[in-house]
Amino acid sequence: MSFITRGFSGRSRERDERLPPGQTLVHDFPVLSAGPTPEVDTADWEFTIRTESGERRWSWDEFMRLEIEDVTTDIHCVTHWSKLGTSWRGVSLDTLFADVETDYDYVMAHSYGGYTTNVPLDELLDGKAWVAFEFDGEPLDPEHGGPARLLVPHLYFWKSAKWVRGLEMQPSDDPGFWEQNGYHLHGDPWKEERYW
Amino acid sequence: MSGVQQLQAAPRTGWHVAEVVETRRETPSAARITLDVDGWPGNLAGQHLDVRLTAPDGYTATRSYSIASSGDGERVVLAVDRLPDGEVSPFLVDELRAGDRLEVHGPLGAFFVWRPPADGGTGRPVQLIAGGSGVVPLVAIARAHAEAGDATPFRLLYSVRTPDDVFFADELETAARGPAPFAVEFVYTRRAPAGTDAPVGRITRERLAAGVIGADAAPVVYVCGSTGFVERVAGWLIELGHHQTAIRTERYGGT
Ligand SMILES: Cc1cc2nc3c(=O)[nH]c(=O)nc-3n(C[C@H](O)[C@H](O)[C@H](O)COP(=O)(O)OP(=O)(O)OC[C@H]3O[C@@H](n4cnc5c(N)ncnc54)[C@H](O)[C@@H]3O)c2cc1C
Repeated sequence: MSFITRGFSGRSRERDERLPPGQTLVHDFPVLSAGPTPEVDTADWEFTIRTESGERRWSWDEFMRLEIEDVTTDIHCVTHWSKLGTSWRGVSLDTLFADVETDYDYVMAHSYGGYTTNVPLDELLDGKAWVAFEFDGEPLDPEHGGPARLLVPHLYFWKSAKWVRGLEMQPSDDPGFWEQNGYHLHGDPWKEERYW
Repeated sequence: MSGVQQLQAAPRTGWHVAEVVETRRETPSAARITLDVDGWPGNLAGQHLDVRLTAPDGYTATRSYSIASSGDGERVVLAVDRLPDGEVSPFLVDELRAGDRLEVHGPLGAFFVWRPPADGGTGRPVQLIAGGSGVVPLVAIARAHAEAGDATPFRLLYSVRTPDDVFFADELETAARGPAPFAVEFVYTRRAPAGTDAPVGRITRERLAAGVIGADAAPVVYVCGSTGFVERVAGWLIELGHHQTAIRTERYGGT
């Protein structure tokens, strides 16, 4: 239910079809995270996918030799801002999972600094997610998750774990950091899945 | 505690109709807004809510605001600073008046919160660090501390433009005089109080080092303000030896 607040007219902007409900367009790039920004050197950076049977691991140099994609996409933060047409470069999760065998359906993303977020595996495959290391033609700023972050643009941006260090397959959809702290397990911006 | 248990223990959030009980000038650029929120389940110190405004043509705007109050009851206090070119904050600060209704969603956030130690004993010391309107959730935390009469040592370092821009000045003074140990220190970025020789200017690493509980005392640190402020301060805290996991941040957007 919704009703009119006396005297409020808003900016009577044109409603952009690309904005999910409750979102406001921004042109800068706000930063939101739960703690300080970790500084991770690419020389020390590693990325792992852990399954019930083992582990696949890439160093930064190995990672850079994988197939790299350019991605242009809209992004939506649960705190109500959206940016349209942002440009990124990264490695598709299809590439990373190409020779990974698992019977588990859920993924826990782990970050340097201890952040975690949960995502169903089928929300990450079929061209839906990347590990991104460039934004707007520049190496990704530490503030925005550099050297590398998850990019899952069709879900609220807290799912796009900054400073990502690995993915862990799990049998059930256990909540990650923000999910334990009141955010929705799934996080679809078009359904306004902000909080549980 | 496992995540699943936490999910079950916390109160459910939802949309509520709020009626403005009182709105008054907090500083030259900010208003204190007291709401009566139908069905509000109460909130912890440090939580926030979302405010939704709807225009006659159906257009809605939603923004997050920290809650300056905590505890049971349906009264909720906010303090909103006007961003001159903003869409929502000038309306809330300048147009909103008693009797108006709006919608709120919450309470939200379960990380940037403080609870008094359950056993009434002394917890880890707490350092609060605010930039501008970022003091709002920290005021809620300071008041909860004062009301609990809790013996945990607390300090607040508050960066603010001028003495006139201090939010909740009376409440902070009351907390500082109360029995619960609480000290406030200001960093004035534009003008210090008349008759003092307090330095004026943005917070530096040295001011921070001198003004906060040292890393050796292992305080829990809450930092809240604009993104730029929080980034700077949190980075220095790490350099000063504070542990990553002991620092909680709330970033308000903007620079
Ligand atoms: C969890 C949370 C709690 C918050 N609590 C409070 C609070 O207690 N009191 C309070 O006054 N505000 C608070 N804010 C900020 C608030 O949500 C709005 O961002 C702010 O009121 C501006 O909204 P607006 O519609 O007026 O401006 P908008 O129309 O959204 O923005 C105007 C311009 O200012 C920029 N901008 C947006 N926010 C800021 C900012 N904070 N500082 C500088 N520039 C900015 C935008 O990028 C844009 O260019 C909080 C934000 C969060 C995420």
